[in-house]
Amino acid sequence: MRWDIISIILGMAAVTLLTRSAGLVWHSFGKNFSRYENFLRPIPIAVLTALVVPSLLMPDGRLHISIYNPYLIAGAFALLLAYKTRNVFITVALGMAMMLSLRYFGL
Amino acid sequence: MADSAAVSGENEGTQRQAVKDAVPIMLGVIPFGLTCGLMGITVGLTAFEIVLMSALVFAGAAQFAAILLFGTTAAGWGLIVFTTLVVNLRHILMSASLAPSMQQAPLLKRFLLSFSLTDESFALTTAYRIRVGYSAVYQLTVSILLYFVWVGSTALGVLFASQISDPLAWGLDFAMPAGFIVLLVQSIGNRKNRIIALIAAVASIAGALMLPGKWYIIIACLAACLAGLVIDKEKS
Repeated sequence: MRWDIISIILGMAAVTLLTRSAGLVWHSFGKNFSRYENFLRPIPIAVLTALVVPSLLMPDGRLHISIYNPYLIAGAFALLLAYKTRNVFITVALGMAMMLSLRYFGL
Repeated sequence: MADSAAVSGENEGTQRQAVKDAVPIMLGVIPFGLTCGLMGITVGLTAFEIVLMSALVFAGAAQFAAILLFGTTAAGWGLIVFTTLVVNLRHILMSASLAPSMQQAPLLKRFLLSFSLTDESFALTTAYRIRVGYSAVYQLTVSILLYFVWVGSTALGVLFASQISDPLAWGLDFAMPAGFIVLLVQSIGNRKNRIIALIAAVASIAGALMLPGKWYIIIACLAACLAGLVIDKEKS
């Protein structure tokens, strides 16, 4: 057993838990949290957007806006499906099919 | 009796919805878990160490950064743990955003929900909160599913390290944004949320272009919060 590595992993686990519980701990102790609540309200939408947009427009870390970016094309298709169906399964299944066929045909 | 039956029926429905929403996201997690196991083996970590890391830390981006540092001889405890902290700073914002909802849960549940709070579980849980309302059962269900997929796919990555080359090149990683697109569309019903999403989109691209790691998520959150402030000011 390499205890130096194990101790690094335990340290990583500790600081990760720290960040993931910080807001809750702050809220439990703080009296004026509700003042910030309104300010923090847009965070869920922002996180959702940030999980979608860069992964489609910059799949390999660089901005890639063209029809040769399969993530962008399949993403636009998925957006259309999402608006029409509002169904996660249909959108993901057909979106993936689009993605895989774009790759298969080497676009 | 009748009451508890109604509650358990309600919970079952919530759980079923949680599973339904989580499946595409789980699918998208798999290539990252495989890559994590693969990378860990490549830098010389043992199978036990890599799986332990996934089981205790449960943070994709932070683990990738740490594994890269394990590969360099100069990196010690302080640097790797500090890097993990920096990469995970965005979770403070998510924890703060969920705090008012989570506060009702008992201590052990709050601990488990905090331990398992990831970008993905946060996005699923808050999208559900916008559509239906906050549910600790929903959050716990998606968190547990994502946890086992993460640890399991890490183990598979370790096991088949010699057979798989680049799991991220399969296109399976598209499942995640595709799943989140639906949740996003469902969440931006009103004009204010659409403007916020648009500003977050621009900010996340600018952030991803200019800053390393996951800072673009923090930038998107801050820009969105400021935008919300301005919109509320204009209304009143």
